Parts: sequence; C-alpha cells; structure tokens
Amino acid sequence: MLLEPLPDQESLRDTTAKYLADVMSSEQVRRLRDDAAGFAPGYWRQGAELGWTSLLVGEAQGGGSVSEHGLVDLTLIAHEFGLRAAPGPLLPANIVAGALSAEGAGDHSEVVAGLLSGASVASWAYAEEAVAATEPAAMACQVRAEGDELVIDGVKRPVEAAAQSDHLLVTGRTGDGLTQVLVAAGTPGLSVEAMHSVDLTRRFARVELRGVRVPSSAAVGSVGGAGAQVERQFEQAVVLACAEAVGAMQAAFDMTLAWTFDRYSFGRPLASYQALKHRCADMKSWLEGAHAVTDAAARALATAAPDAAELASVAKSFVGDYGAELLQDCVQMHGGVGVTFDHDLHLYLRRVSLQRALWGTPAEHKRRITTLLEQRGDA
Amino acid sequence: MATTEAEDLDDFRERARKWVTANLRPGGAERAGLRGSTDEEAELAAVAREREVQRAMFDAGFAGICFPKEYGGQGLPPAYQGAFNEALAGYEYPGRLQVPTLSPCAAVLLEFGTEEQKRQHIPAMLKGEELWMQLLSEPGGGSDVAGATTTAMRDGEEWILNGSKIWTTGAWWSDWGLCLTRTNWDLPKHRGLTVFILPLRQPGLDVHRIEMLNGSREFCQEFLSDVRVPDTDRVGDVDDGWTVGTRWMFHERMLYNSPLVSFPAGAGNAAGGPDLLGIARSAGVLGDVAMRERVGEGRVLDVVGNCLQDRVGAAVRSRQMSDQAAAIVRLFKGISAARTRTLGYEIAGAAGGVWADGDGASADAGVDFLMRQTACIGGGTTEMARNVISERVLGMPREPAVGRDLPYRDVPRSATSRR
Ligand SMILES: Cc1cc2nc3c(=O)[nH]c(=O)nc-3n(C[C@H](O)[C@H](O)[C@H](O)COP(=O)(O)OP(=O)(O)OC[C@H]3O[C@@H](n4cnc5c(N)ncnc54)[C@H](O)[C@@H]3O)c2cc1C
Repeated sequence: MLLEPLPDQESLRDTTAKYLADVMSSEQVRRLRDDAAGFAPGYWRQGAELGWTSLLVGEAQGGGSVSEHGLVDLTLIAHEFGLRAAPGPLLPANIVAGALSAEGAGDHSEVVAGLLSGASVASWAYAEEAVAATEPAAMACQVRAEGDELVIDGVKRPVEAAAQSDHLLVTGRTGDGLTQVLVAAGTPGLSVEAMHSVDLTRRFARVELRGVRVPSSAAVGSVGGAGAQVERQFEQAVVLACAEAVGAMQAAFDMTLAWTFDRYSFGRPLASYQALKHRCADMKSWLEGAHAVTDAAARALATAAPDAAELASVAKSFVGDYGAELLQDCVQMHGGVGVTFDHDLHLYLRRVSLQRALWGTPAEHKRRITTLLEQRGDA
Repeated sequence: MATTEAEDLDDFRERARKWVTANLRPGGAERAGLRGSTDEEAELAAVAREREVQRAMFDAGFAGICFPKEYGGQGLPPAYQGAFNEALAGYEYPGRLQVPTLSPCAAVLLEFGTEEQKRQHIPAMLKGEELWMQLLSEPGGGSDVAGATTTAMRDGEEWILNGSKIWTTGAWWSDWGLCLTRTNWDLPKHRGLTVFILPLRQPGLDVHRIEMLNGSREFCQEFLSDVRVPDTDRVGDVDDGWTVGTRWMFHERMLYNSPLVSFPAGAGNAAGGPDLLGIARSAGVLGDVAMRERVGEGRVLDVVGNCLQDRVGAAVRSRQMSDQAAAIVRLFKGISAARTRTLGYEIAGAAGGVWADGDGASADAGVDFLMRQTACIGGGTTEMARNVISERVLGMPREPAVGRDLPYRDVPRSATSRR
C-alpha cells in the first residue's frame, strides 16, 4: 500500500476500512460460504456510496477520483478488501465502469449511473479456456457486424459475478482486431453456468454466447479497434488483483508474526527460533517487495508511463509467486490450526491463490515480460 | 563551476544529460574484479580512468550532489542525485569510487569525523584523489563485526595498531582505510572498540592479494604490525566505536540506494547482473517457452528489487521505517542476484559449463554461477540481514549471546579457545 497517501486518499481508505470492520468480520465472511451471490446487494450499495465504483469514472459522468489518479486511489480500496478477504465484485465492476465511461466508448451513461450507485453490477467477460490471459489476440470469441447489429459467439470463463451482473462487457475478436460489447443479462443466446472457486465468497461462471444479437450502439469503443483499450483494462485488472492480494499477504503476515510471539514450543516462543526468524525475514522482504512493485505499477499505469505494461506484468508475476509462497509459509508456521476452517488464515490463502490464477499466471506474465524486453531491444 | 544557486530540478536534469552524453563513454555497469579479469594492467588502467571520470564529474558540479557544499559537494536534495543517476544510465561511471569510498566511508566521516578530517578527505574523495576501503572483516570472523581483535594501543598522541583485516576488494590499488579496532579488552565486546583512518600505503602495513576461485586477485588481506596512527585520525570517541560501527553498517546496507553515491539508474542489480536475454539469444534458446519464462523471472527480480529499494529508501527518509530496514533491501538483492545467476547458468545450457571463444553472453554464465554466493556474502551476509530484519525490524527476540557482559578477553573466539 502507498507509503505516503494524500490526506484525501487516507480518508477514502479509512472510511472503507471502518465500514468493512463493521460489517465484514471473518465470521461473516465464513457465513457467506453458502450464500449464492457471495455478497448482499445492500452491502454493495453502501460500499458504492463510499466510492467503491466511482474512481475510474470521470467527473462529467458522475464519478471522480480523490487524487488525480483514480487507479491509485482504487488500489487503496482493493488493499482493504484484501486485508479482510472482503466479498463483492470490486475488480470487474470497476473495470467495466471505467471502460464504459472512457473517451470514445459511446453512450452508456445509464449503465454507468447504476454501477456508480451500486444499484446494479457489471462484469467483464474476458478470459477464455486454454487462452493465456496475457494474449488477448489469441481469444476465440467472435463478434461480427450484421447490418446495424452485432452478433456474438463464444464461451467466456471464468467470469466473476456473472450471475449477479446486470450487464456483461464481452471482449471478442472481429477479424484480426478486438471488439467490446455490452450485453444485458437475459439477452437471448446468453447462458450463465456457475463454476467453483478456491475463494469463499467470490462467484464465477462460465458464460456461453450463442448467436447473441445486440444493436451496434452496444459496442464499447470501435468495432475491431478495441485492442489498446482491452490492454489497458487488462493491466488495470492486473494491478487491482495485485493490490488486493498484497492486502491479504499483509493480513496473513501480521497474523503469523503475532502467532510466533504467542505460541510456545519447548518452553520458549516460536519467535525465538532462528530458523523461524529467518523465514519471517524472508517473508517481510517479499511482502515489502510486493507492496513496492504494486504501487509502482499502479502509478505507472495511472500516468501512462512507458514502462507501465512491464511493471504490471512484473507485479503480477511477483505477487503471484511470492504471495502464494508467503501464505503457505504462514500456514506452515501455524501448524495444524493453519489448515482449519475456523481459523482466518485460509480466507487470505484463498484470496491470494485466486488472484494468482486469474488475470495471467506468473509464468504467463514472465513470458510477456520477455516479449516486452525483446520489443524494447528492437525499438 | 556551472552550478547556479538553487538550480531547478528539470534544468539540472537537462544539464546532466547533456554533460553525460558529451563527456562519458557509453558502457554498462561493470563490476570491478569479480568477472575473473586477471589482467593487472587492465585493472589499474580502469582504476585510473575512473579517477579521471570522477574528477571530471567534480569539475562539472556533478560529484557529491548530496554532500554539503563546505566539503566540496553540491548540497542538493536526493532527487538531484536521482536525476543524475538517470542521466548516467547506459554510460561508464566511476563505480570503484562510489562504494565503499563515498558510502559508507565518506558517510561515516560526515557523521563522526572532525572538522579537519572532513576538510582533508571529503573533497579529495569527491575529486577521485582518494580511494577508500573499509577494514572491518578479520580472519577470525566477519559477521560478528563487533568481535574485531585488531588491537590499537595508546602511545601518547599516537596509537599503535596490530592485527589483520581481510576480504577487502581492491585494497592493493586503494589509498585509505576506515578501520575498526579493539582498544579495550577489559570491557564487553561492543564497548571496547574504536575507529581509525589510516593510509593503506605505509610501513608496517602489508597488503597481500588473495586469489578468488575465478582467478581474480582483487581480494586482499592487510597485516598491521606496529602501524602508528595519530590520535587526530581517530573517528568518534575512544571505546565508542560501536556507535560509529552501527551507522557504518547502516550505510553499508543502503548500498546503491544511498543518495551519496552515483549509480546508473535501471542498470538492474547493483552487482551488474547477467543479461539473461543476451544469454538466451547467444545460446539460441529464445524460442523455448521455459527459457523465456526464466528470462522473465530474472527481469521480475531486478525490477522488484529496484522498486523495493525506492520504497525502503523513501520510508527511511520519512522515518516511517527505521534505518535497520535497509537490511530488507540487502536481503532481497542478495537472494535475487544469486537466483539470477542460476537462471543465467540454466539458460546458457551446456555453453555455461563449456564454452568457446566467441560464444557471446553465455560464456560468462559459468563463472558468474561459480561466484554466485558473493552477492549473499559481501556487504554482510544475507543471514546477518535476516537477523537484523527479524530482531530489529520485526522485534523478534535476540539470539542468545555468549558473554554479552563479560570482558571481551574472556569470551570464546574459536573452537580452540573454548574452555
Ligand atoms: C565480494 C566481497 C567483498 C567484500 N568486501 C569487503 C570489504 O571491502 N571490507 C570488509 O571488511 N569485508 C569485506 N568482505 C567480507 C564480508 O563482509 C564477510 O565475508 C562477511 O561479513 C562474512 O564474514 P566471514 O566471511 O568471516 O564469515 P563468517 O562470519 O564466519 O560466517 C560464515 C557463515 O555463517 C553465517 N553466520 C555467521 N554468524 C551467524 C549468525 N549469528 N546467525 C546466522 N548465521 C550466521 C554467515 O552468514 C555465513 O554464512 C567482502 C566479501 C565479499 C564476498
């Protein structure tokens, strides 16, 4: 998380922290395991009032950031979500709100208004089976123009909160280019089938689109020319996933460090054993590295810095690899209690593991980094 | 001098960029002596060139950017050093004069030196006239820095030093040393130490070169027999050397994050890490997905290390983290430098182990791998960094120390001294 947030950023973070502390105890998170949606509409609406969905939307459209960089502000919220393993479609709702209100996206102001108030939810149907998330050009979903309509065919998975969403932003290909289309829930040809997830409260689905027809005004941006926008959305998603995972790493690390002081073995605290001290030191270095690179990536993306793409992939790869390692080491230091349902540790292990798998695995991002290095060399 | 009062950062950056392009030769960050160069003349020529470059930087107003003006520096905030480092990216730079001369040695003098010491040495360091070494490690142990046994005995207005220091890289071409000694054996370990400065070329001080496993002979050992040092060359109070030593260790761990040193920005890790993409290209394995992932992994570690360094540096400056947090960067960079060398060796394939002249980047991968652990040993080991992080940053219990309150002469110092 930011070392030196501005006062406005700090109060944004603080109101979310207080709200989540009030309504989202770990017992509550555990209870939501059996909830079909994973979150209550009222919870989401109240969160929206605190700014959960407005930071990537321009002021003219009713949104607004607290600093000049909405994405950086949003990482503060994502971090708080991670600290509590909080439920709710934070990432997809924001990506879609940002995409719909971006310049040249067309007029989707009604949908944006619903997202801003929290009355409605939207998600991004981006990923596909057996296609690396880092390689959108390889996706199979087709969007073709027919008269003044667009016809979509394809299968998207996993799509977060698809069954809870009023709209899906579907990314597909038109010839060699990419197209994004806003599809309302219930449109004929659209089917949503629940999937399973390592996370307790995040719901995912497989979304099938068979001859789904929408008016061409449903296009978000240009037909066949959305590649740059898709890449930007993808990198935003990567940074938000990292920010949330770093929050979960922080919570797990703090909990584990405290445990090493409380737990005794052979007449002394675990914290007094050098073998464990050294592992805590390693974890601390990973944790600070994860904070550092995630913040750097968010800033780079928000300011459209030339190294933004690389930093996003570096962050995702690092947080994915070392975040998961940190969590497993926390489990190890807890011993048996670390693998029980009543302990909170697994809530964080779940969140970090989920974010490791989504939006490109560490390996996929490493390959992307190498490609970026080659391109830089060629330039 | 070209510097004007309160030059704007952007103007400074522009002037730095122009000066670097016009005056320095293109080149990367090359690590002194550790790539197995055994050519003495080439080493001396490189040292001479670096002194020249340092002098040119001084004359242009780019040396000691964050050093006080009264000692020849520019008295500017760290952002200016950062801007100069950016300008240096891709150019030669006087690496041998930065660490340890400007930090930790000059940094320690700035904090603890007398006015005369600072006036005598700091401008000379900034001009490239004085190359300094840190004389900390001893044959009996380097991690336990406060366990120094090199002894200084008072003799009127002078001190007489006896003992040995070791593992100094490049002492044979250096000028001065900052030396930690024991001045009182009747006090507990940390309370009987004193720091001195001394010229490395003088009677009674023998500098022996030690061959490293890669054939380099940059490592040195110094033997001190009745070396006389005037009391005016003492740094800090008598028997209070650990106060100096603690700050010394801090500056050492700050490494290239210190605003006192110049270092080309973005040059990857400070030890001049391997060019993994180049190795993959020369080994012809860029088409192999697994190898592409290894190249990417190396880049991940370099970039995260730099971000971490920025974060911890900023946090230490704003007092959000204690000085001891510098150990976090030291640990991360050590481990990732070692990992990067493993990656290089793996990517190079057979050519890492057996190479021909003209094999390109992969030909260095083998020797780099053999020398891998230097990154985790030099500058204080990664284990010591883990001790500092766990005990000083995370507040975990200290390791039990044998005889913390005993006179140091009664504390066991080797297997044979155990009673
Ligand atoms: C490239 C390079 C350059 C160097 N340059 C200099 C220099 O300019 N000046 C200088 O003074 N020194 C220099 N050194 C020396 C370096 O600082 C020491 O080698 C280092 O501090 C370790 O000391 P040692 O070699 O005596 O090993 P030891 O202290 O004997 O340690 C041996 C092993 O035991 C571990 N260990 C020791 N104590 C503990 C403990 N309490 N807990 C856990 N593990 C422990 C160490 O981590 C290490 O793995 C350099 C070394 C290298 C490799």
